[in-house]
Formats: sequence, structure tokens, C-alpha cells
Amino acid sequence: MNLANGEKAIYFVFQSAFMNSQNQPLDTISDIKKMMDRSSRFISLSGLSGIGAGVCALAGAWFAADVIGNNRTAVVEKRTGVQEPYEEISIDMLQAFMGSRLFWIAVITFFAALLVAFIFTYVRSTKEGIPVWGVMAKRLMWNVALPMGAGGIFLLKLIEAGVYGLIAPGCLIFYGLALVNAAKYTLGEIRYLGYVLVVLGLINCWFPGYGLYFWAAGFGVMHIVYGMVMWNKYERK
Amino acid sequence: MNRIDVMKNPIEQLQKVFDSRVRLGIMSALVVNAQVSFNELKELIQVTDGNLASHMKALEDNGYIKVNKGFVGRKTNTTYSISKAGEKAFRLHIEALEQMIRQIGN
Repeated sequence: MNLANGEKAIYFVFQSAFMNSQNQPLDTISDIKKMMDRSSRFISLSGLSGIGAGVCALAGAWFAADVIGNNRTAVVEKRTGVQEPYEEISIDMLQAFMGSRLFWIAVITFFAALLVAFIFTYVRSTKEGIPVWGVMAKRLMWNVALPMGAGGIFLLKLIEAGVYGLIAPGCLIFYGLALVNAAKYTLGEIRYLGYVLVVLGLINCWFPGYGLYFWAAGFGVMHIVYGMVMWNKYERK
Repeated sequence: MNRIDVMKNPIEQLQKVFDSRVRLGIMSALVVNAQVSFNELKELIQVTDGNLASHMKALEDNGYIKVNKGFVGRKTNTTYSISKAGEKAFRLHIEALEQMIRQIGN
């Protein structure tokens, strides 16, 4: 009897102090978790940013394919031409021209993708009241920029050395590693996109002629898939 | 008797100091970040200066957080970090909450 009373009394204290609503401890825990995430990760990265960047990459790949295709026929024409003494020089120049056209397509694609990604994420973060240029965003930027920057310089040296076949795989590998690194500072799922890109890049090392296809699959298709999954998971109302 | 003990325990472990959304927010942020500035905390928890300051004071008086005064150029830059005691108290608090949830589930 005593025991039952005691139990009841304690249960009453328990209930009145902490269980105004049935789920209060649960709410508190989820608040804590939310706060930990908000304070250590930049969580307004929008899925639409992934989709947008992927579309930019596909457009870029399409333009690049066009340039490569045109130049291939030009090279063939030159080779069948009669000006044999100039052949070497003209092909060299052609390659330089092609290289620069491709280079600019790559640069424009990169900045277009970055801009599109930024716009969608900016919109989402304003909607959620999270500063887009807060400490978390800066930390994320730094941790993406470091592997990308190091990779970029390394790839420039590869171009200098004339190892064109490894440029597309190199981009995929370094960018993938940057994403895996970024996963600690933003929505963790981006890690899987990183893994896929690293694997694609590694496979691409053995198929140097197909860089553009791997590029389109990795930077284009995979980003769109990732973006749709993330948008569906976090942003769909 | 045993059953009462089990029921009593988690409640006793709940820290009165953490009985506020703002303080829980502060502790959550500090437990996953080595150092956080006053303004960052303000942004995160979205409270007024005065409100945040008074909660910080309470946590500081309990010895749960440490204040580090530094300089960025000539401007003072005060950051906060969690103390060993604070980490322990916060962990116990979370464990108590978890236990309560498990009991509700039973």
C-alpha cells in the first residue's frame, strides 16, 4: 500500500514537472539535436542547387562535345589537305584553340553552376532565417575550397605536362573528395554524392577518351539525382 | 522499491539550470563547437542581447561555461566554450531525458 502511494506521488511529480505534454522530453531532445546541427553545419544547402548545377554541367558538356566534334572533322580535313609542311603547326594551333575554347566553356560552366547553386541556397536560407554568410557557411566554403583549390593547381600542372586524358578524372576525383570533406559541415548526405564522383573519376582513369561522358554523368546526372533526392527529403512541402 | 528508484532517477538527473530553451540552445551549440562568440549564439538562438547575457551569466555562475576574452585587431572578441563540468552535466541531462522517453515508451 505504501509502495503504491509512493509510486503514485512520484508519478505525480514526474508528470506535473516534466510531462505537461506527453512528448516533452522527446521535443527537448529534438530541439537539442536541431541546435547542434544548426550550430555546426550549414543546413540550408538546397536540393534545387544540386539540380541547377547539374543542368549547367550538362549544358557545358553539350557545348564541349560540339567543340570537340567540330575540331575532329577540322583535323581530318587538314590531314587530307595538301599543305603538308604546315600540318604540324596548324594542328598544334588548332589544339591550342580547342584547348582554350574548352577551357572557357569549363570556366563559364563552373561559375554558372556556382551562381545557380548559390541563388537557390540563398533563397532557402533567407526563408529559414539562417545567415547565408555565417560562420557555418564560411567553414563549409573553406573545406570545399581547400581540396578543390589544391586539385585545380595540380590539374593545371597536368595540362602543362600535356596529360589531357587525366583532367576529367582529376576533376571528378578532387571534387568528390571535396564533397566528402564538406559532408561534415553541411547536410551529411552529400558524402554519398562525393563517393560516387570519386569512383566515377577512378574508373575514368582507365577510359581517358571518354572523359566528357564521365563528366556529364558525374557533374550533370548525379547532381540532378542528388538534388532531387534532397529536395524531396527536406524541402517538399 | 526498485521500480520507484528507476522512475525517480531520471528526474533527479534533470538539471534545473537547463530548464530553459535558451540555456539548452547555448549548451547544445557549445558542446559541438570548440568556441562560439556571443553574436553567433545570438544569431543561432534568436534572442535579445539582454536575455542571452542573463542566461550566459547563470551558466557561467554554475561553472558550466568558460569565457575567453581575446582581441581581433583592436576590437574585443569574447568567445565562450564549455567546461568539463558543463559537458558532464549536459550529458547527464540528455541521458535523463532519454531515459524518460524510454519509460514513456514502456
